[in-house]
Amino acid sequence: MDILYLLIPLSAVLVLLILGVFGWAVFRGQFEDLDREGERILDLERVTVDGDQGPLVGQPEESRPIVSQK
Amino acid sequence: MVSNPSPAVPEYCDAPVRMFALVAVLWGIVGMLVGVIIAAQLTWPELNFGIPWLSYGRLRPLHTNAVIFAFGGSALFATSYHVVQRTCQTRLFMPRLAMFTFWGWQLVIVAAAISLPLGMTQAKEYAELEWPIDLLIAVVWVAYAVVFFGTIGKRKVSHIYVANWFFGAYIITIALLHIVNSAAIPVSLTKSYSAYAGVQDAMVQWWYGHNAVGFFLTAGFLGMMYYYIPKQAGRPVYSYRLSIVHFWALIFTYMWAGPHHLHYTALPDWAQSVGMVFSLVLLAPSWGGMINGIMTLSGAWHKLRDDPILKFLIVSLSFYGMSTFEGPMMSIKTVNALSHYTDWTIGHVHSGALGWVGLITMGSLYYLIPRMYGRTQMYSMRAIELHFWIATIGIVLYIAAMWIAGVMQGLMWRAVNADGTLVYSFVESVKATYPFYAIRLGGGLLYLSGMLIMAWNVLMTIRSGKVVSAPIPLVAAHA
Repeated sequence: MDILYLLIPLSAVLVLLILGVFGWAVFRGQFEDLDREGERILDLERVTVDGDQGPLVGQPEESRPIVSQK
Repeated sequence: MVSNPSPAVPEYCDAPVRMFALVAVLWGIVGMLVGVIIAAQLTWPELNFGIPWLSYGRLRPLHTNAVIFAFGGSALFATSYHVVQRTCQTRLFMPRLAMFTFWGWQLVIVAAAISLPLGMTQAKEYAELEWPIDLLIAVVWVAYAVVFFGTIGKRKVSHIYVANWFFGAYIITIALLHIVNSAAIPVSLTKSYSAYAGVQDAMVQWWYGHNAVGFFLTAGFLGMMYYYIPKQAGRPVYSYRLSIVHFWALIFTYMWAGPHHLHYTALPDWAQSVGMVFSLVLLAPSWGGMINGIMTLSGAWHKLRDDPILKFLIVSLSFYGMSTFEGPMMSIKTVNALSHYTDWTIGHVHSGALGWVGLITMGSLYYLIPRMYGRTQMYSMRAIELHFWIATIGIVLYIAAMWIAGVMQGLMWRAVNADGTLVYSFVESVKATYPFYAIRLGGGLLYLSGMLIMAWNVLMTIRSGKVVSAPIPLVAAHA
């Protein structure tokens, strides 16, 4: 099982790398305000919409009604 | 197709997103069609017509490569380029390099589609492509990493959204796995030998193979899940905290599950057991993520009734839950003694592939594609609904047939008479499997028809929309 001399050090390096990135994320405040971050993606996007769909240009996406097919 | 490099109003660079999304649909059809052909060949072996290029052994890797890397890969490129721009509120880093990844990846796919039927193969599962194509993959992948992490680097929002962590982990890990596993010594342009031999080669192969499942087919698609489910549902992910725990737990534990592919082989017993234990541990983060995704709809379950795209996304998670429960169970050595080498494994793979990867991709593309053409939704919502039901029934037929066939094969192979001789010859188990192969073919045909409906719907959406460029919104005040 000589291959373990390659795979185990590789995993060790990888774990150290992951720990490093994790440390960076923690100490740079990536996880400071998690409650807001989940919601942020919902109010970001504005989509330019083709004119023939009515006056939707520039409206926040979520404010549009979902058109029911029934 | 690359839009003006420095537009007056800053715009997202959506050309690569759009192109990757469209080819994902195309390659999905091709890959699934090849799958249906080889399913038919297993039912009626005469269907290879004695032509070597059409034989099962050559078409099977073509099928796996086409669905995983051409269909799944293109969808991952499209969604990761889309999500990273939207969540970082910035334009792609080096748009021309992103276009290079598009054409480079298409070249890889075409080279695979030619070389595999010709019988050029490194004979490593999911890594069959010969060394010149492997080199091209490595170059494209490094370019992909530069574009993706470059975009993260110039983000306008200081927090990196959880989907990007999953995409990032998938990109880095696949680079590492691909380079280590594909190390080979070429003897000619079309033939090479692995740098490893015997059981060492097997260990590297399944270290690669299982992590390709874990990072390509899981982490990458979890990135889709964490963006498109909240967007389509109009609600934030159930617990953002849990999503962060999910990410770190998953990537810390995934690396050593590979040896469960080598139970009862020349691999040392302890290594097999390590693989089994890590596989069992993986159940926890997998289910944490699955529950988190599904609970995003908590309090708004009615949306599931009316919105076929949410049906795709949420049902994909229930298949994810099923296959991440089934996988650890099958990695237990005593269960594996029954399941290994039977069609149960094929059923398990397809519950993950058709159910999880396929459905989450289709749901995400149904969200993404109309928005790339200035539409709020696809041309026909009814067609999406129809696609959902056809695909789901197809999956159920497929995996139920393979479960029954697999357990039956396992039981027949191990049945012994009182005097120690085998009760059944191998061919008797093949004969007994015949009806289940026919049912599996039916399931596959249904799934492929769903994909054809999707292609029609996409074409009609494109025809009634036009390419728009989306302006980057001004960054909200950010604490």
